[in-house]
Amino acid sequence: MPAETDLKAVLGGWPPAVLDPAGPYSEPVTLLSWALLIGGAVVLAIVLAALGVALWGAPSLRKRLGGDKAIWIGGVAFPVVVLTVLLVWGLWLTGDLAAKAPRPGEMRVRVTGEMWWWRVSYLDKAGRPVMQDANELHVPIGETVLLELDSADVIHSFWVPRLAGKMDMIPGRRNLLRIQADQPGTYGGQCAEYCGGPHALMGFAVVAHTPESFKRWRAGRLAPRPAPPPSRGQELFLTSGCAACHTIAGTEARGLAGPDLTHVGSRRTLGAGILPNNRGTLAGWIADSQTLKPGNRMPNYKQFTAEELNALADYLAGLK
Amino acid sequence: MDDRRTGVLFALMATLLLAACEDIAVAPHEANEASITRGKAATQRLGCGACHAIPDIWPQGTTGPALTNFADRGLIAGKLPNRPGELAAYLLDPPATVPGTAMPKIPMTQQDAADIAAFLHHSDAR
Ligand code: HEC
Ligand code: HEC
Ligand SMILES: [Cu+2]
Repeated sequence: MPAETDLKAVLGGWPPAVLDPAGPYSEPVTLLSWALLIGGAVVLAIVLAALGVALWGAPSLRKRLGGDKAIWIGGVAFPVVVLTVLLVWGLWLTGDLAAKAPRPGEMRVRVTGEMWWWRVSYLDKAGRPVMQDANELHVPIGETVLLELDSADVIHSFWVPRLAGKMDMIPGRRNLLRIQADQPGTYGGQCAEYCGGPHALMGFAVVAHTPESFKRWRAGRLAPRPAPPPSRGQELFLTSGCAACHTIAGTEARGLAGPDLTHVGSRRTLGAGILPNNRGTLAGWIADSQTLKPGNRMPNYKQFTAEELNALADYLAGLK
Repeated sequence: MDDRRTGVLFALMATLLLAACEDIAVAPHEANEASITRGKAATQRLGCGACHAIPDIWPQGTTGPALTNFADRGLIAGKLPNRPGELAAYLLDPPATVPGTAMPKIPMTQQDAADIAAFLHHSDAR
């Protein structure tokens, strides 16, 4: 495996490939993009050829180019026909990319844009939240998943290029977007609407499982789990103020200002898609997140000793 | 007194470990381009930038010391001679080689450790 792909793999496919569709909701977007690009290039070539004729062509050709017929055909009929066909075809192609309502039985997930991370809430058939996560979305392959997109603060845009087009996340509105992955794998995403300081560092990962592996993942997540055994890391977490902003199910940590950390140890990335996730990067993030992701809403924790930092990192890495 | 005894024990263990680590194959660095390239990729993949400023690696964390011009460094973590074998051994398990070091053990293979050592000692890493 080439080195870059390797890093991409650890970062949940981030940065994502833009013209490499992996499901039925991104194929039309890619097709349309290519059609526009190639069509535009053809039109540009025709215009440049006409310009060449106008400048250096034989007098008879130049006369024809300036004639009424050429103007009517090239200047009026051609653009009207081409643009109309493009409009109709484009609407037909992309019309049902934005979903209008959930289909019966369809998997539903609410994804909320936050400055500068993603709150992920898996819903039951009735639309009630059943499990919480952040910065990562798990889906089964070969099946549509309805995303309910909203925002907690400013406008963000949800974009997982290999699985769907962009969809804005607007405060006070709920936009619906369908995605579907055809092959297992991780698919990177990126906020696509400038939302302040670390906007460029607001990545996302979609993990697509085979149906069996998804069932196992889901059962594992829904199963009641024993409270994690008390540890030095847990004690530090609960007494250092972390719990004011973070939730860890089964503990007193119920804060909502930051990402849910109940399963942080099993995430592909840290800091919303920007860092690989291991006990080293966990410790580095806790001590120094403001250097790694300048302006993000978690303060630096420079007061910990190395021993404390490592204990915290071990505790969090163990939260699978 | 107990502290001193554990200290001696650690030193002994470290010596043993170091002795065991003599075997890690680290080719003369400047000679092994492939190892350096792999080392850079591994440094990125493992997120060492979360704590260190390393040339050409993002991000540039400040929790640990900057690793610029690392080939010119005298001692690793103020304790070990800065030679390829010692560096690879330190990277593979810092607390076991330098007891009390702040650098955490980060899961990696022996190959990763040897490659990263080659990358950090490489003259372009400045
Ligand atoms: C003021 C609220 C606040 C406090 C206090 C806080 N955090 Fe955070 N934390 C956040 C926010 C917000 C993020 C998301 C940052 C981003 O990616 O933009 C975050 C992210 C994280 C992440 C990365 C999660 C991920 O999936 O990317 C970890 C790990 C973490 N915090 C651990 C801690 C620990 C440990 C403490 C206590 C020492 C702590 N936090 C204290 C707000 C807080
Ligand atoms: C949690 C933060 C953290 C992470 C992540 C981390 N280190 Fe360190 N590292 C440190 C600290 C702190 C020291 C200083 C240790 C000491 O002096 O005892 C250090 C020391 C070192 C040293 C010796 C530096 C010197 O000046 O003697 C090297 C080499 C090193 N780290 C390489 C790496 C590599 C390679 C990685 C990625 C695999 C990495 N580090 C990841 C915190 C970290
Ligand atoms: Cu944004």
